Amino acid sequence: MSEYLFLIPLLPLIGFLINGLLLGRLPRPVITIIACGSVALSLILSVMLFVELKSLPVDSRVIEQTLLPWISSGDFSVNIGFLLDPLSAVMILVVTGVGFLIHVYSVGYMAHDPGYGRFFAYLNLFTFAMLTLVLADNYLLMFVGWEGVGLCSYLLIGFWYHKKSASDAGKKAFIVNRIGDFGFLIGLFIIFWNVGSLEFDVVMKQAPLVFAAGGALITTACLMLFLGATGKSAQIPLYVWLPDAMEGPTPVSALIHAATMVTAGVYMIARSSSLFVLAPDALMVIAIIGACTALFAATIGLAQNDIKRVLAYSTVSQLGYMFLACGVAAFSAGIFHLMTHAFFKALLFLGAGSVIHAMSDEQDMRNMGGLKKHLPITFMTMFVATLAISGIPGFSGFFSKDEILWKAFSSDHGHVIFWVIGVATAGLTAFYMFRLIYLTFYGNERMSDEAKHHLHESPKSMTVPLMVLAVLSLVGGLVGMPHIFGVTNYFEEWLGPVMAGAHEPVSHALASGGGDASMEWLLMGLSVALVAVCIFLAYYFYRKNLKATTSLAEKLSGLRTLLVNKYYVDEVYGALVVRPTVYFSVFLWKIIDVIVIDGCINGMARLGGDISDTLRHSQSGRLRNYATIFAAGVVVLVAYFVFG
Amino acid sequence: MVPVSAYLILAVVLFGIGAIGVLTSRNMIVLFMCIELMLNAANLAMVAFSRALNVVDGHVIVFLVLTVAAAEAAVGLAMIITIFRNRETINIDRYSILKW
Repeated sequence: MSEYLFLIPLLPLIGFLINGLLLGRLPRPVITIIACGSVALSLILSVMLFVELKSLPVDSRVIEQTLLPWISSGDFSVNIGFLLDPLSAVMILVVTGVGFLIHVYSVGYMAHDPGYGRFFAYLNLFTFAMLTLVLADNYLLMFVGWEGVGLCSYLLIGFWYHKKSASDAGKKAFIVNRIGDFGFLIGLFIIFWNVGSLEFDVVMKQAPLVFAAGGALITTACLMLFLGATGKSAQIPLYVWLPDAMEGPTPVSALIHAATMVTAGVYMIARSSSLFVLAPDALMVIAIIGACTALFAATIGLAQNDIKRVLAYSTVSQLGYMFLACGVAAFSAGIFHLMTHAFFKALLFLGAGSVIHAMSDEQDMRNMGGLKKHLPITFMTMFVATLAISGIPGFSGFFSKDEILWKAFSSDHGHVIFWVIGVATAGLTAFYMFRLIYLTFYGNERMSDEAKHHLHESPKSMTVPLMVLAVLSLVGGLVGMPHIFGVTNYFEEWLGPVMAGAHEPVSHALASGGGDASMEWLLMGLSVALVAVCIFLAYYFYRKNLKATTSLAEKLSGLRTLLVNKYYVDEVYGALVVRPTVYFSVFLWKIIDVIVIDGCINGMARLGGDISDTLRHSQSGRLRNYATIFAAGVVVLVAYFVFG
Repeated sequence: MVPVSAYLILAVVLFGIGAIGVLTSRNMIVLFMCIELMLNAANLAMVAFSRALNVVDGHVIVFLVLTVAAAEAAVGLAMIITIFRNRETINIDRYSILKW
């Protein structure tokens, strides 16, 4: 069975090649079958390999497959090889599982789009790149997948390329990611320079021997890798591309910009956990950036009116949570949240897509309202996802978020401030999510009469994935229940063998006995209570007493303007980075290129021309001139030989 | 016996007249004759040396030069006549189209 590992990424690639090369020549049902079928087969294979991996003894749960040597140059050799271990098994299940559901959803969502075949070709290419990223057995192949998903992200954000805003957003995503990728590459150079290999198992085994723990070298390497992660996973300071990426079709936002690609940074850090535990300073930076991003993005989410933008800032905020978990060395908690987030955030985006679909492409929540009775399935599933993301006990988001909060508080790398920021973010999350629900599904129907006339529940191909994801959002957290519930945390145990230092916080918490357990209950209770209060506030302001909202907004108009304008970060970046770059480019173009370089080249040519122009007059054509010069030459030569 | 230096002085004078003629003359026939004069100045010098040193090499070279001069005269005159037929002048300064 394990020899079929390579088929998991290969099948979507084949799907891409067929749909991509025969663009628009195939009838739609064939495109659908190829695109969804290839991902479905990958999903089936992933499940089978997961079962096989599970049947292996705990310490040897690794399936490796080296396909062919790729680069071999001196000491440097890289293979195209795949590695299936508990971590990548979780990732491929999420990628193929959520990916398949979103493929199915897209069949309904994109049904009337002229670019149907192109869309599915891109989606398959994305699935291939993402699976390569998570299955690679070395950093370089991972980087190929990393760039591949970046490319697909660019292509799919700008899918409706005739829209200027969409193509601009695609470019922005690509350019911002370049900055991060630069850091990633530097990190890889440092690792290769010191370890001499890019294979994960070699690097992880050698790193403690090669790098001094806490040394400047490993800290730099880890910070550079993290810079790559901030680009791909939309963290401060490189998060600005993700909200703009909402210009893409909604299934793309769900698949790439919520469930899978943006979590690549978290996966990369979890994969490199053995490196990061050697650099406590880097971990601290990650935790701080993660916590700040979580809070910062959540506050922006409070004031956005575009339904997809609220979700986009929510994604940035939840990714901040995952990085907070990684930063306190609770890598498995980060991956756990990655998984549950993939379920409920994909569901939220797909639900939002269903709403947008029903509203004839209206995205402004101020023009919605009262959709509950028109879109019952969408409402129910989105409500489940909202409860999950808010962290209502029993739903998947509760377990993962609670674990992160507890680790932020209790881990050796944690701090009570991280916990406070995390809980505050949880409260804000609950508030903006219920605001979204109340504005969209409750209250007066604020849409135009024509839009109202077209209101309809989405087709089966869209609602069935919603329902499946709703079930996953509901129960997905049960695999990782906290110890204080008196059950085994299967998820943490499953990831244990691949995570550096995974056992320490656990044993630390268990060893300290009852005191910690009651503390954990207390903290959990506090966060749930805060979430409940925030939900009530959202209910009060956006359902019960809308007048209070307006008067509050007037009182806090300064703050509101700041939030609506997203803290003017885009403007600041524009002034500090984009405009100087543009000016500098214009300087390079007009001064350096046109005047200096072109001037040099043309000047050389003109100099040669001018000299020749002067000298050619010596070619008078008169025989006597030539004879005179010849005679003079003879005289000079004779004089030289006689007197010289 | 006339010393070698006398022959050489004569040769230099002849050669100088020829060279000045080549450089100053506009008439192609005169110019041509001046070239012959320079060749013969050289011949004279060589014969003088040959005689003074009592070797025959100089004589041999002189015969060679005479032969070449004869051939050159034939070809050169033919060219002058051809050019004259075309341009109706033997002023060398007017033959300056091969320039710049």
